[in-house]
Amino acid sequence: MRWQAYHTPQSVDEALSLLSQYAGGAQIVAGGTDLILDMQQGNHSALQALIDVTTIRDLDQIREDNGWIVIGAAATHAAIEASPLIRHHGAALAESCSVVGGPQVRNVATIGGNVAHALPAADGTIGLLALNAEVQVCTWNGAAVECTWQPLLSIFVGPGKNRLAANQMIGAFRFPVRALRSGSAFDRIMRPQGVALPILGVAAQVTLDESGRRAVAASIAVGPAGPIPFRATESETILLGAPTLDETALERAIDAAQRQAELRTSKHRASKEYRHEMIAVLLRRVLPKAVARAQAA
Amino acid sequence: MPTLNLTVNGVAHTLDIPAGRFLAEVLRYDLGLTGTKIGCNEAECGACTVIVNGRSVNSCIYPAFKAQNTEVLTIEGVAATWQSPNLPISQSQEMEQWSDSEIEELHPLQQAFVQHGATQCGFCTPGFIMQAKTLLDANPDPTDDEIKHCLKDTYCRCTGYVSIVNAVKAAAEKMRTGHLPEPVLPDHVEPLMHIGRAIPRPDAVEKVTGKAMYADDYQFANMLYGATLRSEHPHARILSIDASAALALPGVHCVLTQKDIPGELRHGLVEYDWPAFAGGDYPARYVGDPIALVVAESDELAHDALRLVKVDYEVLPVVTDPVMARQPGAPVLHPDRPDGNLLKHIKVRHGDIEAGFAAADVIVERTYRTPMTEHAFLEPECSVAVPAGWNDPRYGPHDKLTIYVGSQIPYADRDQVARCLGIPKEAVRIKGAVMGGGFGGKEDIAGQFHAALAAQVTGRPVKVLYTREESLRFHPKRHATIIRIKTGAKRDGTLTAVEAELYGDSGAYASLGEKVMTRATTHATGPYVVGSAKIDCYAMYTNNAPCGAFRGFGVTQSAFAVESNMDLVAEALGMDPIELRRKNAMRVGAMTATGQVLRDSVGLLTCLEKVENEIRDWRLGDWEIGRLGEGKNDAASISNLQSPISQSLNLFNPIRVGAKVYAWGIAAGYKNTGLGGGAPDKAEAEVEVFPTGRAEIRTSSAEMGQNLIGVLAACTAEELGLPFRDVSVLVMDTDLAPDGGPTTASRQTYLSGNAARLAARSMRERMQGVLAEKFDVPPEVIAFHEGLAYVDEARLAKVKSGNGDWRLEIGDSAPDAQSPISNLQSLNLPISQSRTISFADAVKTLIDEGRSPKLRYEYWAPKTQPLGTGGDMHFGFSYAVHAALVSVDTETGEVAVERVVSAHDIGRAINILSLTGQIEGGIVMGIGNALTEHYIEENGRPWTQHLGQYKMPGIKHMPEMRNFVVEDPTAEGPYGAKGVGEISSIPISPAITNAIYNAVGVRCLALPVDQDALLLAMKRGVREIDRRWGDALER
Ligand SMILES: Cc1cc2nc3c(=O)[nH]c(=O)nc-3n(C[C@H](O)[C@H](O)[C@H](O)COP(=O)(O)OP(=O)(O)OC[C@H]3O[C@@H](n4cnc5c(N)ncnc54)[C@H](O)[C@@H]3O)c2cc1C
Repeated sequence: MRWQAYHTPQSVDEALSLLSQYAGGAQIVAGGTDLILDMQQGNHSALQALIDVTTIRDLDQIREDNGWIVIGAAATHAAIEASPLIRHHGAALAESCSVVGGPQVRNVATIGGNVAHALPAADGTIGLLALNAEVQVCTWNGAAVECTWQPLLSIFVGPGKNRLAANQMIGAFRFPVRALRSGSAFDRIMRPQGVALPILGVAAQVTLDESGRRAVAASIAVGPAGPIPFRATESETILLGAPTLDETALERAIDAAQRQAELRTSKHRASKEYRHEMIAVLLRRVLPKAVARAQAA
Repeated sequence: MPTLNLTVNGVAHTLDIPAGRFLAEVLRYDLGLTGTKIGCNEAECGACTVIVNGRSVNSCIYPAFKAQNTEVLTIEGVAATWQSPNLPISQSQEMEQWSDSEIEELHPLQQAFVQHGATQCGFCTPGFIMQAKTLLDANPDPTDDEIKHCLKDTYCRCTGYVSIVNAVKAAAEKMRTGHLPEPVLPDHVEPLMHIGRAIPRPDAVEKVTGKAMYADDYQFANMLYGATLRSEHPHARILSIDASAALALPGVHCVLTQKDIPGELRHGLVEYDWPAFAGGDYPARYVGDPIALVVAESDELAHDALRLVKVDYEVLPVVTDPVMARQPGAPVLHPDRPDGNLLKHIKVRHGDIEAGFAAADVIVERTYRTPMTEHAFLEPECSVAVPAGWNDPRYGPHDKLTIYVGSQIPYADRDQVARCLGIPKEAVRIKGAVMGGGFGGKEDIAGQFHAALAAQVTGRPVKVLYTREESLRFHPKRHATIIRIKTGAKRDGTLTAVEAELYGDSGAYASLGEKVMTRATTHATGPYVVGSAKIDCYAMYTNNAPCGAFRGFGVTQSAFAVESNMDLVAEALGMDPIELRRKNAMRVGAMTATGQVLRDSVGLLTCLEKVENEIRDWRLGDWEIGRLGEGKNDAASISNLQSPISQSLNLFNPIRVGAKVYAWGIAAGYKNTGLGGGAPDKAEAEVEVFPTGRAEIRTSSAEMGQNLIGVLAACTAEELGLPFRDVSVLVMDTDLAPDGGPTTASRQTYLSGNAARLAARSMRERMQGVLAEKFDVPPEVIAFHEGLAYVDEARLAKVKSGNGDWRLEIGDSAPDAQSPISNLQSLNLPISQSRTISFADAVKTLIDEGRSPKLRYEYWAPKTQPLGTGGDMHFGFSYAVHAALVSVDTETGEVAVERVVSAHDIGRAINILSLTGQIEGGIVMGIGNALTEHYIEENGRPWTQHLGQYKMPGIKHMPEMRNFVVEDPTAEGPYGAKGVGEISSIPISPAITNAIYNAVGVRCLALPVDQDALLLAMKRGVREIDRRWGDALER
């Protein structure tokens, strides 16, 4: 069953008031590369209406604002991949968005959709997470829209489930502009047989002190490593405590990530043991790259 | 209904359409721009790519109202975006079938796709051109890597992408310089007038412009749509069907079930065991079995109504493992059959097997597993049936029940439809639509008879189009096999014995299972002379999807086992794997394990030599180091590893670059041409010559992308001395063209090619006879060349000189088995004006003399013998050797095929461009078989439900290739040709797994290679992987 109405609101207010009116009978669509497929494949109940948020003015904007890089929820993966601003300030995000699907998918798939779809292995999400991103949640209170910024992780509930209510949507994401001596990177391992999502993806960001050897900030995102996108906080603590970011620190961080991550075997996709190994491989690829970028910055 | 405003290819449209429409549907069904194809409905394959406001999108899942107020560009509008900068035209001779202006009016991408053979079945072509256009618009000189990045998720199943990358580069050059470079093709023997040339396929321009008509592109007036209800259970009796709720929906016309079938309830290509609708005495035996057809005013409505049909099932026990299926007590699928679930026990017995093993110094035994795989042709099955007497405003009158379909066996479709409907065969016409790939998957009948039945019942045209999901679930696949094989050899390498036991999972119905597994069995000694053989194969019924024909026809599976064992034997003997193969290679005079003595055309040794020389010459030069090192340019990081095989065999030694290890692996293979095994094998062709100076060749063989039409045109033009463009081809029409037999077993170049060649030759002889009278000369001196008929004065002089028997002389100068024309051409003598007439006038003369301008030729291939009787099991075999350079990432287990060197003995290249396309496409398909493809069923239910869950190789899997063509002619083949369609995808899989072993010392006994299992094996020091990790988990 297809939808009976397709709305193209011009503003967040309009979108959310429509959404509220349908009281669950409508859903937001952006690129549609998750939602429409789910509907087509019978994994999503029929909807009365779709509310397309990509027609909302400026919802696809990518800009620098007062110490933050702000990305509209409707920014496409292609736009993010190509944005000089994001390449400079958030290489991990640019890299993670650049591997999603093919160009045709990236031309329409949005970062908002990637996050809202709430899969623990979604690539753009993993990139954002390592950049300490925040999400702007917009709420329709019956008369007007109120928007608040909150930590990205706060909106995930479980695989495929976010915390957004039927009167809410994502307006934007933001992450701090790149600090001095800071760098980030992303990489992933794919399976050649079936399924577009990665076996494992890892993004990391580090900020170094003046010596260029010690970390003063570190963040590591891994997916899938639990029901929601995962921050390897214990590894981050180890990196921050390490006198220098050398092999020993890296290996200890890997060990900690492997212990903290809740890995599982997904049928026909990857075994737990394999994912365990891949945490090490990807951290060995991603962390040195992030550090090198930090040193070069 | 809401209103959509959009501009398509510069034309503004205002449409009142349902809100739920997709852009692809609007383009195709509302605007009739059917060049945009729908391959998957899940943004996976890219066939639907169009450009919206300058950005490419997958229009199949793009809500139409997203395109509100946009500018859309489709394949139909691409040419107009190109303004030729009026540079000099440099058209190659091969492009002469179109006028310069016809070509110049195309976009350079379209031109290049035509000239480089980058379109085969053509279904993916519009998507590729649109997507590539976005690249060239931004980047006038893209690198290979940039092209691959751009085309990453646009899939082609035919070409193997090589020609596509070349075409994109050629187009870029054309746009920069005005010059369209020609394709670089393998060396091959000197072409005749047409035979052996790189002539683009006759339908290429239609395919690159989106004009080619595939079945779903037909939009009849008042057409209805059928949707098929399929079984929920892999094995269940249908107790009752309640369609009342579906019928209550306005716009639903009828729900057809088994009760509505007027004729035979069951069908099949070999055995009539497959119900057209499950029900009554015939339970559903797999989840693809049809139960009912809902016929409604729209496709969407039909599918919605499907959900309202209630079926009451009695669930039956299920068997899904072929070995279990043979055990006593297993659930029996077809109680009316004599041998339980055994479809066929196939045996090969050759020599004294015990003595063979007793004489062996080494014996290697392993069990191999190959998975069920899917054809993934890009065009899902579609049939459109038009009732007798229907006069359509667009497509004209239909005097009988007519089915438009892309099918590999039109005449079998006709017979099966007639059988099911209980009407005479002559009352049914199958009219071929352009076919978007088949690869064996469009041999069994699909929706043809459902559409026909619905058209009969409703009196209106009915379209039955399968969704991709349905296509995956329904059609027969490549057999999963379990192959235990034991090989014995003497110290000097002589093979003394092969013993093998094969289990083939034929699934729910016979389809072509028996034939496929027979081929697996008879080819289970490989292309080698073996002292003795004892091979037993059990083709089993199970509740999995039926398995049948798929490029390679069983040989893909047994070759994997045979060639893996060959490397194990070589290792055990400390012998070079090439040397071992050479020592035992089949050659003229050798006898196969089925008792056939090979009389001619065994080019295997030449293939081995070509491949060996090429990989011996392959040096890890500076360029390679730079490339393999991926920036790590320090040569120190590249080292020769300790080889798992003896150090002296350095050709296959691994090379480490960083975390990756590279190594070559090799494998050989052979594949029969034609049905063989005693099956009468014939093809019929009809040639007609016209007073316009043109000719048409007709046969109902199938064109599915392989360019059979180009082969038929070339043979006809060659024999009649006509320019290529003056021959048209009509295929796949059971009313207008005689039966060419099934398009399977790599047989059509040989069978239909011969039928066309001999039909044309007979017509030439008829015309020679008439003109001989007219000019009062012996018929043999009448020559045909470039659209002229004339008295060849040089020949005549020879004849007149009375120098012995002139017939002999003529025979010398024009060896009749080959083309007469090439020899005439080389004589290069002035042509007497008075005794030269145009081909058109020659035809007029023929007609004036009361002779028919039409002629049918029935070509019978040489007789073959049934298995077990000795003698010729097949009338010909093609041979190939493949070498693959793989890289294994020792950190992740990821495997990539970096380079492939191949040599194929195909007798004779009829069209070197499409031959190369068959080779490149076959190799990449074989890479998929080794590394990416696995159709997964769990207890008879597909886990693989969408294309996104079935990865066929993408452009990034394409290796660099060097392909050699070996032309060891076979006497009876047209100009010496034999088949190529299948052999090109056979040896590559074991070449890859042999290379993996050479690289990291782990032998993969199961396909596809699993990086997960491979990595864990490397880590744990395990040397053989015999199961996929998924199987291991299931246990
Ligand atoms: C062929 C193919 C390959 C793919 N490959 C990858 C891959 O490699 N990696 C990967 O991570 N993903 C991949 N995807 C998945 C998909 O493209 C991404 O998740 C994409 O980012 C989803 O964005 P969208 O705009 O298309 O979302 P939609 O499908 O439009 O929406 C997805 C969900 O998000 C909600 N939503 C959208 N926008 C908002 C908003 N602003 N506020 C609140 N809710 C919102 C929708 O209601 C819906 O529930 C692939 C998809 C396809 C078809």
